[in-house]
Amino acid sequence: MSGDTPLLTVRGLRKHFLVRGQSGWGGKQRLHAVDGVDLFVRRGETLGVVGESGCGKSTLARLLVRLIEPDVGDVIFDGAAVAARGGISVRALRRAVQMVFQDSLASLNPRLTVEATIAYAPIVHGAPVAEANRRARAMLAQVGLVPEQFADRYPHELSGGQRQRVNIARALALEPRLLILDEAVSALDKSVEAQVLNLLLDLKDELDLTYLFISHDLNVVQYLSDRVLVMYLGRVVEVGPVEAIYERPAHPYTRALLAAMPTMDPDARADEPPLQGDPPNPIDPPSGCRFRTRCAFAEAACAAVDPPLAAVDGAGGEVLEPDHANAGAHYASCLMSVAGSGHSRAPARIGVAA
Amino acid sequence: MTEPLLRIEALRIAVRNSERSVEILRGVSLDLARGEVLCLLGESGSGKSVTLRSVLRLLPDKGTTISGRIAFEAEDLFELPMSALTALRGRRIAMIFQEPATALDPVYTVGRQIVETIRRHEGVSNAEATGRARELLERVQIPLAERRLLAYPHELSGGMRQRAMIALALACRPALLLADEPTTALDTTVQIQILLLLRRLQRELGLSIIFVTHDIGVASEIADRVAIMYAGRIVESGPVRDVLRRPGHPYTEALLASTLRRGERGHRRPAIPGAPPDPAELPGGCAFAPRCGRAEAACSEGMPPLVLSAPDHCILCRRPVNLGA
Repeated sequence: MSGDTPLLTVRGLRKHFLVRGQSGWGGKQRLHAVDGVDLFVRRGETLGVVGESGCGKSTLARLLVRLIEPDVGDVIFDGAAVAARGGISVRALRRAVQMVFQDSLASLNPRLTVEATIAYAPIVHGAPVAEANRRARAMLAQVGLVPEQFADRYPHELSGGQRQRVNIARALALEPRLLILDEAVSALDKSVEAQVLNLLLDLKDELDLTYLFISHDLNVVQYLSDRVLVMYLGRVVEVGPVEAIYERPAHPYTRALLAAMPTMDPDARADEPPLQGDPPNPIDPPSGCRFRTRCAFAEAACAAVDPPLAAVDGAGGEVLEPDHANAGAHYASCLMSVAGSGHSRAPARIGVAA
Repeated sequence: MTEPLLRIEALRIAVRNSERSVEILRGVSLDLARGEVLCLLGESGSGKSVTLRSVLRLLPDKGTTISGRIAFEAEDLFELPMSALTALRGRRIAMIFQEPATALDPVYTVGRQIVETIRRHEGVSNAEATGRARELLERVQIPLAERRLLAYPHELSGGMRQRAMIALALACRPALLLADEPTTALDTTVQIQILLLLRRLQRELGLSIIFVTHDIGVASEIADRVAIMYAGRIVESGPVRDVLRRPGHPYTEALLASTLRRGERGHRRPAIPGAPPDPAELPGGCAFAPRCGRAEAACSEGMPPLVLSAPDHCILCRRPVNLGA
């Protein structure tokens, strides 16, 4: 594959869940968990995914490794479509894409020692047992756990930080190319979080990895990511380089998320919450722009038109096909960034020269 | 100096399981002034929630050994008979939790729970209590308060449930609010709403609050004073600005250094080596010594001294940092 093909491309990915109605009887309702997501992850980069509960970020992760079947949409790994004729099988995909979850205890088998846990998947995928065990010990050392001390322990004998290191070692045992980290440091104490973040930075360099890093913690995402994708109610509302998202956020939701972060400075406390209310229920998302019910700039057009992802910087608000070759591309799905969208704050159309 | 609203003196709590007794609080002392917001800040297992719960004597009697003294409005809470304690709980001292489901009863409407609390403690008429319940929901900024009185907890969104729990806690105009990580499970945009609401209620009602959190950012938004806990002790306490700007305890300093701030990117972080100690196997002397870059041999022997870096800024450490301006 050519060097500028993204490692992972996602097009039009959708997953709706049928859930029991809230009253307990009556028909099933449709929960729009992931509702038409396009994204790409370039080789060697870290793509951060942020959003609040119910925005679909964890469902997205599970769809990417086919822990859940998507309703529609394409997942293309290294140029090969997943589970499609002539593409890559789910089994092969799961070797190349591994995941680390938030709950470090629940994701380990309590009856397996650390060594057996890490060697398990390689053995399933055909590695000789002795070789897999030897590799497991090497992996332990690589994640900063002394093999002689930890190989024979069980998960309950480890601290939260140690368990998460084991989970990372297990994920790396298959030599994946893409690691999906779903709130992987969220349950750790701050002093331990710093250790695991350092480990993730080191491993990425040593093993030439690509990360998809999902978190609700904007500071951690900023710290690790090259590009950031912001989700709201099953949709991508903004995506771009980390500096652009944090310094020049274009979508009102991204701005509100950043403004809602505690300041760490008692003299710069917030006076007004940037948003009122909770995120709406994904069972019955608002028409048009899903953020409009909480947005200070919402106008009639926002209810009528579903805003496309449009280029933010320097492109005059043209709606563009997301361009993975352009590292600096910054897109937002807000009518205020789309020329001629009917929103009073939309940029004027550029001259009709082209 | 006026009498503090709450004074905790040399509180020690040990919990016995089948084999042995483990000391989880090892001499906690603090004063809380009227109208003051104190944040107990610490990592998991540091003893911050246990300290909070001991004020309402919520710890199980069986297997728990408590020594020390807790005085609320000059009354010794450990000497109080159960009937007096029950009258105090919910009326003078109220508590809110991380998970509203632990405070709200799923089978009664929000309104009924508030009305029942008011009537039980104050014996007023149903109509009067209902009126006050409605005012409370308005005060915690629940829209359509009249209608929400009739809602069951599961019919409210997460942020609204948190507000309803706060309304319930404030039903009898308590003097002291104990808050156990009430914003930890909330989304960022909702968390700031609840923090600002608590700050406003605190001002309007002259509440004193003890707020337990592991999040320095949350403490910086709400605290007047912070107390940093580590392994069952308060290792540092002082005004929030002082502690965040000039931490005196090496643990506080390391914790602040390892906490990410806005705008930090990519370079390796100064992490604290190791993990918080197991309360059953605490080292002698300062519990942080094995992880501390400044520790000397003496730190592992005997209780560290209490050092004042300012009249109201105390540090429990033999080798504090940032001493003197």
